[in-house]
Formats: sequence, C-alpha cells, structure tokens
Amino acid sequence: MENLAVERKFVISSSPHVRSPETVQKIMIDVLIALVPAVVAAAVFFREEAIIPIIISLVAAMGTEFVLVRKGGFFSDGSAAVTGVLLALCLPPGVAWWICVIGSATAIILGKYIFGGLGSNTFNPALVGRAILLASWGGRMTEWLGPIDLRSTATPLADPGYGAPLMDLFTGNVAGSLGETSAIALLIGGAYLMYKKHINWRIPGTYIISAFILGTLLSPVGTQFDVTSGLFHVLAGGLLLGAIFMATDMVTSPVTPKGQLIFGAGCGILTVLIRIYGMYPEGVTFAILIMNALTPLIDGATKPKIYGEVSK
Amino acid sequence: MAIKTFRGGTHPPHDKPAAGTPIETIKPPAKAIIPLSQHIGAPCEPLVKVGDQVKMGQKIGDSDSFISAPVHASVSGEVVEIAPYPHPDGEAKMAVVIENDGKDTLADDIKPKKMDDLTGEEIIKITKEAGVVGLGGAAFPTHVKLIPPKEGKMDALILNGAECEPYLTVDHRLMVERPEDMIYGARAMMKALQTDKCYIGIEVNKPDAIAAVREAIGGDSSMEVVELEVKYPQGSGKQLVTAVMDGIEVPSGKRSTEVGVQVANTATALAVGDAIQKGMPLIETVVTVAGSGVNGMGNFAVRTGTMASEVIEHAGGLKDNAAKIIWGGPMMGQAQFTLDIPIVKAASGILVFTEDEVVKEEILPCIKCGRCIDVCPAYLLPNTIGNASDKDMVDVAERYNADDCIECGSCSFVCPAKRPLLQWIRLAKGAIAARRSG
Repeated sequence: MENLAVERKFVISSSPHVRSPETVQKIMIDVLIALVPAVVAAAVFFREEAIIPIIISLVAAMGTEFVLVRKGGFFSDGSAAVTGVLLALCLPPGVAWWICVIGSATAIILGKYIFGGLGSNTFNPALVGRAILLASWGGRMTEWLGPIDLRSTATPLADPGYGAPLMDLFTGNVAGSLGETSAIALLIGGAYLMYKKHINWRIPGTYIISAFILGTLLSPVGTQFDVTSGLFHVLAGGLLLGAIFMATDMVTSPVTPKGQLIFGAGCGILTVLIRIYGMYPEGVTFAILIMNALTPLIDGATKPKIYGEVSK
Repeated sequence: MAIKTFRGGTHPPHDKPAAGTPIETIKPPAKAIIPLSQHIGAPCEPLVKVGDQVKMGQKIGDSDSFISAPVHASVSGEVVEIAPYPHPDGEAKMAVVIENDGKDTLADDIKPKKMDDLTGEEIIKITKEAGVVGLGGAAFPTHVKLIPPKEGKMDALILNGAECEPYLTVDHRLMVERPEDMIYGARAMMKALQTDKCYIGIEVNKPDAIAAVREAIGGDSSMEVVELEVKYPQGSGKQLVTAVMDGIEVPSGKRSTEVGVQVANTATALAVGDAIQKGMPLIETVVTVAGSGVNGMGNFAVRTGTMASEVIEHAGGLKDNAAKIIWGGPMMGQAQFTLDIPIVKAASGILVFTEDEVVKEEILPCIKCGRCIDVCPAYLLPNTIGNASDKDMVDVAERYNADDCIECGSCSFVCPAKRPLLQWIRLAKGAIAARRSG
C-alpha cells in the first residue's frame, strides 16, 4: 500500500452496516413506562396495600432472573422487571409478601427459564405465575379490598348481575386486582405503547371487540342482547390489563397480522366463556394462556402472501 | 401530484452529506488496473497483450457470451501486466494493467452519433460496444435489457433515481448536473425498447433533481417524473415498479418485463446517452466518498481502474480511527478488507466508518416483536427464515420463501435483538441453491 503510511486492517461484516438504535432493553423500558399510570392508579386506590406488593414482586422477579442468568446486571434486558410489575398488577391488594415472592420466582423459572429464557417461552411468564398462585392459594388470591376504604369486599365479576357503575369501572374505583381496576390508566399505557409502535391495534382491538360482542349476547341463562353487559365484560376484571399488556406480549403472541387478529379474538371469546360458564369468576389468565399455547399453530397457519406470490 | 411508494420498508438515518457537493473530476491514475469482469455475466477475454500500446476508450476485453459487457482502456499507454488483482467482489479477478502515458489519446472509433440517425438495433449495439452496465449496483449488461420483447409491447421504461441508500449522492448529482444528457439517453433507451412511455422515479428528498429533470423533459408528455416517498429500499427494482405502477407486483422469480416494464438506473441512461452523443464507452464513473472515517467527502468522477486508495487520498485521506470500508451504501454495500481495489464501472460509493461506529453487537434471542415482518418489502417472515437458517433447517427456510429475499437488509437494520437476519437468510439461499444444483 503505497498511499497509506501503515498497513491497516479493516472490519469485514455482512451488510447492512448500520443498525437502528432500538434495543430489547429500550422496548422493555417503554413497557415499564407504559405501566406507570396503572401503578399510580393502584397506589392511589390501595396505597401501601398496592405499593408494597408491587415493589416485592419487582425485586423478586429481577432477583430470580439475576441469580439464574448472572449477566448484564440486575436490570439486564428488563424483561424480568416487566414480568414482576405485571404479576403484581394481577394480585389482590394487601396480598402476603411471600405470595409475591413465590409468584415472581415461579413466573421467571417456570414461565421463562425452563423453556430456555426470553424469546423461547411459550406462555406469558406473569400469567404462569398468577395461574400457579391461583391454583395453590385460591382463597388468598381472591380476597379483595374496596378501593380507598380498603375494606373487604367482592370483585364485581363475582356478581355480574349486580355489577358496578360503568364509570367506576372506567376510573378504577372498584375492587379488584391492583392493576385491573382503572381502565383509563391502562388505556393511557396502551396508547403510549402504540405511539412507540411496540404494539399494534390488532390483538387488543379484536380482544376487546370479541369480548364486547359475546358479553352483549351471552348470559349464564342463555342468549340476550344487553350492551351494558358487553361493556361490563370489557371494563371489569383484568380484561384491559390482559388485552393491552399480556396478550400483546411479543414473545408469546403471533407475529403475522392475520394471526394477531385470530389470537385477539380467541382471547376475547375464551375470556367471556370462562367468566360465564367456568368455575373461576375471571377468565383472562386462562384465556390468554390457552391462546399462548396455540400461537405457534396460528403463526404456521397464517403465513402472509409474499410479494408477487404466484399461486401454485 | 401524489407521492408514491410501496408497502413495507424502513427509514435508516438518511444522511446525504455530499448531496450539495458538485461532481469533481479527479486526475487519471498513473497505472490503471482494469478488471476484465465488471458486470454480471461471463468475464471478458483480454484483446490485448503485455507490451501493447492502447488508446483511451479502446476495447481491451470482450466475450462471446450473450450476458457480458466489453471493457475498455480508461487511459492511453502501455499494457504492462495481465494478472489477477483484488476486486471489489471480494476475490481476485483477471485485470489488464495499463501504464498511463498521460496523453489521453482517444481511440480511433470514438465518434459522436445522433440518435435520430440510429435504429433501435443500432442503439443496442452501441450500448453493448460501449460496455454499458447497470449503474444502480447490480452491473447487469444494459444492452440485454434494451432488447424489445418478442411478443407484445413494453409499456414503459422506468428510470430509477430513487437513490434510497444513505450517503450515496451519485445519481442525485448527475440528475442535477446533467439532466439533458440523461434524458437524451432515456429517449435512446425508449427507442430501443420500442416503448412510448418513460417514468423517472425520484425520492422527494431531492427537490433540485426533480426540478432539473422536469425542466430537461420540457413539454415531452412521453416522459414523467414520479415523486417517491423517502423510504428504503425505494430504489429496489421491484419496489420501484410497484410504487410507480400503482401497486402492480412483479411475479416471484420473474423480472419486471413480465409486467411490461423495464427498469434502469438514471446514471445508466446517462451512460447510454454518452455512448451515443460522445461515442464514449463507459470508462469513467462517479463515486460518493463519505463517512466520518475519512477527512473530507464529495462526489468524484473517476476513471475505471483507479485504486480506491487514490480516491480516498484525493478526498482527504483516512482518519486514524477509520475501521470499516464499505463499497456502496451502508445498507447493501460490501465491506472491503483493503483499499487496494480498482474502481469498477458500477462503483457508487466508498464509505469509511470509524471504530466508534463499528460496534459488534451482542446477538440476543428473538423476542418475536415482528418489526422485521413489518419492514420486509418482499412480505417475508425474516425472523422465521433467519432462525431456521441459524439452525440449519434449510427446508423451513425454503418453505418460507427465502429465495424471494431481495437482500435489502431492512430486517437486520430494525431488529432490536441485533440478530444478523439477512446474513442468515443469505446462508439459507446459498444452501437452497447448493441443494438444487445437486
């Protein structure tokens, strides 16, 4: 090389040579930001009965992940923090500290690591944690406190005939799990995730619409046409938390546009069917877990048409 | 007029630092190293031998193969060597080395012609003899593309002035500086193709090019500038056809001629124009030099056979922290291990990135976020193909249409887990091809 003073070595790699600044960790941080309104709503309505379980779950989830992975620091890719907060948001207020710890550890270990870690898990880790808690300590998992006064009460879902005022359901002024109660806080978080393009409308949209339609048409005693019942199904319980934050979990939901529509609709239908006919008053957890299991099949069956596809 | 585009695609940071820098001609090399293969297709056989005196523009290599393009001496002087030399393709290829006598004595057969005196067949012959190849990057011999269809009629010629790769500003500058000559070449191509319509697709981030080309067209209603959204890979042939022709898709595995259009680069049209108007073969090309690893930048008209190192020196030389040389754009360009490679006809840019910009990213597991699917302009599932390829599951990669990948790199670009999706898809394509050939 006559023109250059020294022989230089240059890096060789496959194109493209530029990468977008987006990272997995940034996505997880955005999900955590999107959960802030729900956490604040929980703190307002349930005060320390919410704040303590959320902190314990968060630390327990991150701690479990740190012990298992031991790289990338305590926060690591941020997915454990998301799991911890999501799990806490579907626990009842004032739940025992050890329930939080067992739930978080189970979510991380059985929900994620036995499958091979983030990306390989079939089921939403937080929901795995919740399902196991529900099966193991059903009583403690369904002891509800009323908002503000923090007195023992029933979740509106346990008695859908009576119902709660829809406006209370919308603002969150009802009994229920920590993050389930305030529809508006969840919608703000969902809007943020859509704005950041981390989720799209397909799964939450079809989830909510299918639950609304089925909730309007179906009652425990037969068919009906009751729009209030439909709205109740959408706003009560964990449906919005599930539709916006759990069903949209990238890892465990379909990647194809058509698959996402099927997935969301399946979640909505199963949720209402479990609520009306099942043994649990709430159906979101199992509806999403069942659809999680079907995700690989849905993806395989909904391969998009390619550019210039020639029919064979 | 509505701005047109295609579905999918992404927005890499579209820095075009040299967009406003006029083309500067740099001094011909003391020694020109001219590869006998500067195109897709059969390499040329040398027509000269060591010791021969050659003139500038003289044909020094040719082939009997249908898909090939002759190469010409870019300087006058003496042939001193015919030997394998490093080539931007990554392997050593036979090259004719000419010691420049500094006189630029023109070859005898270089004579200006007039398009009106020429038949379509003659235009094709001139294009072939001038060694014109596609300057958008693929370097496909242009005369092959100018042959009119045996049956039916070519609906339109689409000229590609999208130049969607970041940094590159060659087509942009040529459209701004030589629009009349480009339009002249386009008319010749239309005549050869026997088509009466020509669209020139330009991304809207080049308003000066759009204005210049519109002015050069004047009142000619057979030619039309189509404004395109600024989106990568708008300059990919099929995506350009889809954008310009309002959604028509080129069938999988077929060329755009299947839907009645031929696509060529704007710089290619200019080369055709020069071959006719000046009688000049393709011995000079414009390259953009840019990137933070080089002192200075610009657009340089360079004789073929000039060493890349000379071009970089002319631009200002490498910085101490220069770490990566990219031949072409940052999305589809090829990384080079050396600057000791000659400028070939279809060279479009030499980018230099610094150590800070060349980060080896940790590959994380796929979180199935679907971004690669959203951006894929071929509507593939890059995650599925890439993951299958990484696990040597060639069947799955094939079933998911790995062969339809246009290798634009949008999937790798957007992947938040920094997975080398395109690299894996390329491996799968190679494995599929190897299996087919037995």
